[in-house]
Amino acid sequence: MKYITTSAFLFSFCLCQAQVKISGTVTDKKNKPLAGVSIQLKDSYDGATSDSIGNYSFTTDEKGEKEIEASSSGYLPVSQKITIAGAPISLNLLLKEQITELKAVVISAGTFEASDKAKGAVLNSIDVVTTPSANGDITSAFKTLPGTQQVGESEGLFVRGGSATESKIYIDGTLVSNFFYSSTPGVASRGRFNPFLFKGTVFSTGGYSALYGQALSSALVLESIDLPERSEADLGISVLGLGGGIQKLSKDKRSSWGVSFNYTNLWLGFKVFKQKQDYFQVPVVSQGDANFRIRTKTGGMVKYYGYISHNKTAFRTNDIDSVVLKDAFSISNLNMYHNLSWKDRIGGGWRINTGASFSTNKDDIGNELQDANNNKILISTPEFYAFKNFDLVNKGVYAQGRVVLEKKFLGLNAFRFGADYFYSNEKSSYTLYDGTKYEEQVKDNLLAAFAETDIYLTNNLAAKLGGRLEHSDLMKRWNIAPRASLAYKTGDKSQASFAYGIFYQNPERKLLPGAAGLDYSKASHYILQYINQTKDYTFRTEMFYKKYDRLYKTGFNSNGREVATNANGLGYAKGVELFWRDKKTIKNVDYWISYSYLDTKRDYLNYPGEIQPPFAASHTASFVFKRFVLPWKMGFNFSYNFATGRPYYRIAYNETQQRYLVADQGKTINYNSMGFSFNYLPSLGKQNAKVFSVFVIGVNNVLGQNLVYSYNYNHDGSRKEAVTPPSKRFVFIGCFLSFGTDRSQEAINNNL
Amino acid sequence: MKKLLFMAGACFMMASVFAQSEKFTGAMKKNLAALDTAFQNPASLLSVANNFERIATAEKTQWLPYYYAALLQVNYGFGLQDKSQVDAVADKANELISKADSLAPNNSEISCVKSMIASCHMMVDPMQRWQQYGAASNEAMEAAMVQDPTNPRPYLLKGQGLKYTPEQFGGGCATAKVELKTALDKYATFKPAGELYPDWGKDIAQGLFDGCK
Repeated sequence: MKYITTSAFLFSFCLCQAQVKISGTVTDKKNKPLAGVSIQLKDSYDGATSDSIGNYSFTTDEKGEKEIEASSSGYLPVSQKITIAGAPISLNLLLKEQITELKAVVISAGTFEASDKAKGAVLNSIDVVTTPSANGDITSAFKTLPGTQQVGESEGLFVRGGSATESKIYIDGTLVSNFFYSSTPGVASRGRFNPFLFKGTVFSTGGYSALYGQALSSALVLESIDLPERSEADLGISVLGLGGGIQKLSKDKRSSWGVSFNYTNLWLGFKVFKQKQDYFQVPVVSQGDANFRIRTKTGGMVKYYGYISHNKTAFRTNDIDSVVLKDAFSISNLNMYHNLSWKDRIGGGWRINTGASFSTNKDDIGNELQDANNNKILISTPEFYAFKNFDLVNKGVYAQGRVVLEKKFLGLNAFRFGADYFYSNEKSSYTLYDGTKYEEQVKDNLLAAFAETDIYLTNNLAAKLGGRLEHSDLMKRWNIAPRASLAYKTGDKSQASFAYGIFYQNPERKLLPGAAGLDYSKASHYILQYINQTKDYTFRTEMFYKKYDRLYKTGFNSNGREVATNANGLGYAKGVELFWRDKKTIKNVDYWISYSYLDTKRDYLNYPGEIQPPFAASHTASFVFKRFVLPWKMGFNFSYNFATGRPYYRIAYNETQQRYLVADQGKTINYNSMGFSFNYLPSLGKQNAKVFSVFVIGVNNVLGQNLVYSYNYNHDGSRKEAVTPPSKRFVFIGCFLSFGTDRSQEAINNNL
Repeated sequence: MKKLLFMAGACFMMASVFAQSEKFTGAMKKNLAALDTAFQNPASLLSVANNFERIATAEKTQWLPYYYAALLQVNYGFGLQDKSQVDAVADKANELISKADSLAPNNSEISCVKSMIASCHMMVDPMQRWQQYGAASNEAMEAAMVQDPTNPRPYLLKGQGLKYTPEQFGGGCATAKVELKTALDKYATFKPAGELYPDWGKDIAQGLFDGCK
């Protein structure tokens, strides 16, 4: 026992005498000193933190073979073996930067991201709905970004010289076939979906990922929200109608369900704001939806969203070919949409992202010629009058299944691949004035397989390479589409990227069934981007060149309908775009400016040659300004959209030359429209309030500026008529109540 | 002989445990002494945080050093001028507090730090993040009040939060003072469970309270 005590004493004595100093400098690869790095002698308390010039120093009582560890957030930890004898140790350490999402370059050419979390997001989810000109319509918010056109006479996104049918919309990976309410002549329909169903949006104006296809110009990818923050109920009353819903979050916060119902009736709105059309059935929409969401044990999500809606509208417009006659158009639509998705970890570092969707759509469309007393009449000479009396029933059934597997390795590097199957079956029945019925059916099975990899060479250099293989039964052939993008960080806040890709698309539904042997239309994209971004501002510029091949030319089929006859069309689009957003310079003010220059021509449909299409303006600009005045509990939002005039044409068949010619053409006046919205939140900040109320006023085209979208010609081209919005301006007034939780922020945004 | 060996072994182990805990206590005390100055002097926050983290990783089974390391990391995060670094620091603090949490579940002090970490994330972009992180911060703060009703620190956090919330949102001095008063009352009677246990914040509460006149 004595021996032990003695030796212990000796041992501790030794320790006291043998304190060894360890010191050195910590630097990164570029020899830049690193401050705040924690240096530790493994399994001991001994260590230090590097100072502002990267120096560290500490003493230790430890002896022998030891390990020094150094770590700092944003850097890969290093460890080094040392032998501590008696002499002081000088040890310089080198730390390598970790490739992290926070620091790494973002592969962003061609895309705009709207998200609250994603780095490099240009808009957040609230912006999507607080932009006055957007009126709470998802796609309209994107019309304040460069690359899009201010097309007001029909729905959809017209991107970089592409038509609306060249833009496809996806929810949780699956294609949405009828994203917008069915078209009515001369009026742009809104999207069917509430913007607050989605937590993130990626809007690609070109060069998009191999995970998506069948869109020559643009992909809008919407990701639905996971579990709600808490249970709640809400109610809204406005000049447009009323709606309400509940969301119930389970006690363990692992699952939720919800239902909502909305009834929209434009009777009051149209009473106050005179519409150009004479509505004999004001637009009425009944819509119900339901959802459930379950968080799995492994942190994944199972989500279901189902939607059913019925709407009808009918109106008379003056017939362009006569002074007293009218066209009475009516439409009734029933639409159903279901989406079930599952994303999860499946072991071995793999993630699965799979989903299925099913939807049906039915349109009952009727048009008749009416006399001054609104009575149906049939005129058979000249014969074209007779064709103004028709009925059309369109039915569509769509189903999709999709699976994507992804593995991440070495930080951000990733490999993903998957497959997609899309079934569509569309039937139409067209009844002529004399009762002759034409029935058509277009069925397609579209199969796709894709693979993509993200490669991060350093934090400063990354590439995304992918490919997509597709087979459509309609086209009876395969296509293969390579995609590539490259991003390089040019500075702390700036980066440059490049994207290239080939994109294929089938003919749009109204051009089908087309001639046999048609090949896919093809677009090749080349995009160059530069971004300089901080939390407070974003500057972004893009140059692009897009080449179209095999666009569809049309002719008349045996039923007298214009369909795709060959794929000999072609075209191009090139341009420059600028975007500037600033949240800082003016206190409490957030604004953005976008500008697009577009040079595009195409030969497709019945065009006689390459011309600038009527949906493309050369210059487009937007200005959005938002300010919230906290003491007043009021928000003011303002937007101004501008576009130079768009061309319009009368393309007519020339009997002597036996081909289509431009019989007349012109350019519309410039487009100028200012929007304004105001919201008031009286219960903001009230502690423990049971009901949160929000009042909203929104005005479109405040200044009542003259908007001309295009011109329609009469049968012989002797007269043309401007296509204008249904009313000069529209004012929206509403009150929204939510119970249980303060969702006032969302409520306003929801309804602007 | 066997018996003797066993006894010697047991003796040795006891001595080692004793020495270990003495070393632990000593190191903890030394760094706890630096805690108050660290709060005043943000430059040393990270270095003291790292000291605690070294103790924590060497010990592995003590929740206190993880707790202090996380507490100082999150305070370092609050003080950062460059907001783009804040999330990484808060994530680091979260990593540390999660380890403390697994060693000492349902601990009121740990819930306080969780609340601070959520607030720290929120500070990066309050307009965008209050819905997510504001709720998380409140939730952790309320949990802390339930887990130990005598703990003054959740009331300090509540009062501090309210003081810097605009009056329109129900904040300001008037409401903050009520919570800070509660905190000060609780500080007057609060007894830490041991000498190494959390006992900070009284001066901060007093300062905030005095600043609200």
